[in-house]
Amino acid sequence: MTEMVCRCEDITKEDILKAIDQGYTTLDEIKHVLRCGMGPCQGRTCIPLITRVVARETGKSAAEVSRPTTRPPLQPLSLSLFAGDEE
Amino acid sequence: MREKAEAVIIGGGVTGCGTAYSLAKKGLTDVVVLERGGLCTGASGRCGGGIRQQFTTEANIALAMESVRLFEQLSEELDTDIEYEQGGYLIIAYEDDVDQFRKNVRLQNSLGLHSRFITPAEAQEIVPLLNTDPIAGATFCQTDGHANPFRVVHGYARKAQEMGVEINKFTNVTDIVAVDGHIQAVRTDKGTVKTDTVVNAAGAHSRDIAAMVGVDLPNKPYRHEILVTEPLEHVLDPMVISFKTGIYFSQQKHGSIIGGIGDPEEPSSYNLSGSLRFLKRMARTMVELVPAFGHLNVLRQWAGLYDVTPDAQPILGWTEGVDRFCQANGYSGHGFMVAPKVTELVAELIVDGKPSMPIDDLTLSRFEGEITGEAYVVG
Ligand SMILES: Cc1cc2nc3c(=O)[nH]c(=O)nc-3n(C[C@H](O)[C@H](O)[C@H](O)COP(=O)(O)OP(=O)(O)OC[C@H]3O[C@@H](n4cnc5c(N)ncnc54)[C@H](O)[C@@H]3O)c2cc1C
Repeated sequence: MTEMVCRCEDITKEDILKAIDQGYTTLDEIKHVLRCGMGPCQGRTCIPLITRVVARETGKSAAEVSRPTTRPPLQPLSLSLFAGDEE
Repeated sequence: MREKAEAVIIGGGVTGCGTAYSLAKKGLTDVVVLERGGLCTGASGRCGGGIRQQFTTEANIALAMESVRLFEQLSEELDTDIEYEQGGYLIIAYEDDVDQFRKNVRLQNSLGLHSRFITPAEAQEIVPLLNTDPIAGATFCQTDGHANPFRVVHGYARKAQEMGVEINKFTNVTDIVAVDGHIQAVRTDKGTVKTDTVVNAAGAHSRDIAAMVGVDLPNKPYRHEILVTEPLEHVLDPMVISFKTGIYFSQQKHGSIIGGIGDPEEPSSYNLSGSLRFLKRMARTMVELVPAFGHLNVLRQWAGLYDVTPDAQPILGWTEGVDRFCQANGYSGHGFMVAPKVTELVAELIVDGKPSMPIDDLTLSRFEGEITGEAYVVG
């Protein structure tokens, strides 16, 4: 059975294992090749799951697996919200 | 890591990985790539992916046109979908742009590029959501477009590795050893590689690399910010840009709108943080052009560095004073789109001693004389 890790981008645990196998062992690299963590949830659901998989596969502790860079805004906000006011 | 190589490439972005691929394709596989982060850590992983041929200097037009020819077959060549789409570039013309834009189109046409000047109504046919009130027209070239930079870089890297190139990630170049103008070795935090040939593809950090052998590059780093929205149904074919406001945006295959805007007040720096000022300027300018986008949610914003030269054209080729030290940097904000041709020319220079297209106008030594620059720098 396939185990879904990133629901925004439809990424399964098998996809993550394949990426690790290809030599992508940091969360930033995995994000770049698979897009996981880049969807509307902004990584809240999937990043902890992916961290666990990477830690197990690379023999590192979860704390040692470098987190992907967090990008603002911290939750989705509409463009019109920013378009309105002056600088 | 290999102890020696026929050529060492510094930088694992589109230039470094593309050069590795082009060298291997020409039979030179005894090549080592050194990248201090992961692949795409630099501008290549932060860019808009836009591919445009509408430039104002002959050198840039030629490089971009040849690159498009190569992009068209790249998915097949690299066995990976680079998400290449030729939806065109729509360059917004405001009233005082019109005369110059008509001249630019004439130059582009004389070089075989099918760009054209169009009316606001024609522009709206291409982008139905466009607010044409503030615009006087546009130029359009259908064969411009965009691709996914991650796919391109990883595609180049994988193919190069399959052919025998060694790519070392998380390996920081700390020094280049040269004696009497001849390179001997490249030092890193993971060991030393002996070589007599080095390609400087370190993007905005190329100046630091050149300084290791006493070469002074005129390149300066400038922060450029960019954002991505939530994905939406397909509503936008071309990349829309304006040189006046510095804005550019396009819709990725995946559905999100990705775009940025330059800031004339941005000082030269290595700053990579995102700013609220950018978000506001971007939102205001984009919503003026496409009011419907006001409803879109912004998912992420980030920044990257433009590696800017005094004439906004890249620095390519050998370096006076240091034998077999090849520059491939200074792209001034449009290095992704010219990478296929540039990396092919660099590989020809290294393997055959002569590129198939003259690059004399693009070598470092050009800055000793008078400079005529590229006027179309977006952002
Ligand atoms: C926001 C933004 C939007 C852009 N939009 C577009 C666009 O739409 N179209 C387009 O064509 N271009 C665009 N560009 C420009 C484009 O991204 C760059 O010109 C291009 O990616 C340059 O590629 P590169 O491989 O030469 O450099 P980079 O991708 O910057 O790669 C250089 C690499 O060298 C590495 N490095 C540096 N120092 C060392 C060292 N000492 N040891 C080892 N490695 C080192 C870095 O880590 C980096 O990975 C944009 C740029 C930005 C910032």
